[in-house]
Amino acid sequence: MQASAVEIQKVNKHFGPFHALKDVDLSIPPGRVTCLIGPSGSGKSTLLRCINFLEPYDSGEIRIDGRLMGYDAPGRKMGGRALREMRRSIGMVFQQFNLWPHMTARENVAEGLIRVRGMSRADAATRAAAALAKVGLADKMDNHPSRLSGGQQQRVAIARAIAMEPRLMLFDEPTSALDPELVGEVLSVMKTLASEGMTMVVVTHEMGFAAHVADRVAFMERGELVAADTPAAILHQPQDPRIQSFLRTYHERNSF
Amino acid sequence: MDLLQQYGPALLRGFGYTILCWALGTVFAMALGLVIALSRHYGPRWLGWILQIYIEVIRGTPFLVQLFVLYYGGPLIGLRLDALPAGLLGLTLYGSPYFAEIFRAGFRAVPLGQLEAARAIGMTEPAIVRRILLPLSMVSALPALVNFSIILTKETVILSIITVPELMYQVSRMSAETFRFVEANLVLALFFWGLVEAISRLGRRFESRVTKHLIERT
Ligand SMILES: Nc1ncnc2c1ncn2[C@@H]1O[C@H](COP(=O)(O)OP(=O)(O)OP(=O)(O)O)[C@@H](O)[C@H]1O
Ligand SMILES: [Mg+2]
Repeated sequence: MQASAVEIQKVNKHFGPFHALKDVDLSIPPGRVTCLIGPSGSGKSTLLRCINFLEPYDSGEIRIDGRLMGYDAPGRKMGGRALREMRRSIGMVFQQFNLWPHMTARENVAEGLIRVRGMSRADAATRAAAALAKVGLADKMDNHPSRLSGGQQQRVAIARAIAMEPRLMLFDEPTSALDPELVGEVLSVMKTLASEGMTMVVVTHEMGFAAHVADRVAFMERGELVAADTPAAILHQPQDPRIQSFLRTYHERNSF
Repeated sequence: MDLLQQYGPALLRGFGYTILCWALGTVFAMALGLVIALSRHYGPRWLGWILQIYIEVIRGTPFLVQLFVLYYGGPLIGLRLDALPAGLLGLTLYGSPYFAEIFRAGFRAVPLGQLEAARAIGMTEPAIVRRILLPLSMVSALPALVNFSIILTKETVILSIITVPELMYQVSRMSAETFRFVEANLVLALFFWGLVEAISRLGRRFESRVTKHLIERT
């Protein structure tokens, strides 16, 4: 058994009085795709955002390649420099893309290389071009986001993350804001990434993606991590009634 | 015509001072406003409260009063300034809270996700401010910044009270000496109209350049 890329233990998170994550335990195996599914408001985004500490968790531990995320010691937050250092190796892709609208596709990708990796403009531009070519956008490099379709914007966002050469990629519903006909192009980029052995955590409502690409599927409900297992075990022979009911609703909604 | 020959140079010099006071005053006030807005955004809560009080006090009192206090009251606490520096300092202090509030509103209009994207790749907060927060806040803030800069042009006339030799000062002198109030004030109006027109044109050009890619294509 290989060490986990991310080891989440007894993580709790409150928003005021609201208990958003309840003693969440989860191991993310390296080089694999883990999908997080569950009903709306179950805490999937919150858990994902705790992994790169965009959302500080209250208690428990999140270890990335063995190193505690966000804290020097329990209760004592790490300094900005150490936090940035850890975030450098974690890429994140958001539902709303979150590209910087005043920069071209290429500038979006190059920005982190210049500011965070300290690369020269020329090197960053070359690397950015390569990352954009990889997601099939070699011909759109000089477009601003406003001149790109949703699917293209999301692929730029993926290029922006992978150009930093992360060891771990987090996706928060990367296709939920897309028109149905644009979903495929984004998923196929993600599949390529998965086939290259990238460690990925994907919050998704695309059960097809979870079934076919994921190595593990974790199900959350009301802030609890109910089960984490193979896609077949979760999606085809779910034991827990909460998963059964979630899947029933999903199938009803998606049948016509 | 003799009138123009006699007073023309002084009026022009006055106009030069007006532009100088306006330009420097605006730049300083904007810079101080930005510092205040950033301090409220990133600083500790007690600092936010102090700055809030500063903003309320300055916005709640007339510029004329502030200038009097600064120029005539200053020496009482050892702050002895010439008219011009006092005027510039006055304009800076007077304008800064308005600019601070404009920047603050601009910051709030920047979608959080675009800042999080920058944090997620490990950018430092100063880099995020410079590269993401400020440029994006300009979408909503720039028209208001230009607008308040225009308002400041007219506040410069108050500097004549503390004998800064700007346009209003020269115009008052001319009318007092010649009793040609109408002509003198016509000159004043024309000069200001030209200045304001130039600033708003510049502002619009700048605005369309900055927001070129920021307005969503529909
Ligand atoms: N910043 C916040 N402040 C207060 N409550 C929050 C905040 N962020 C999330 N929550 C609450 O925490 C719960 C979990 O939210 P989260 O976004 O993690 O759900 P999710 O599983 O990602 O849902 P969805 O599928 O709709 O994206 C929700 O009830 C939400 O209202
Ligand atoms: Mg979510």
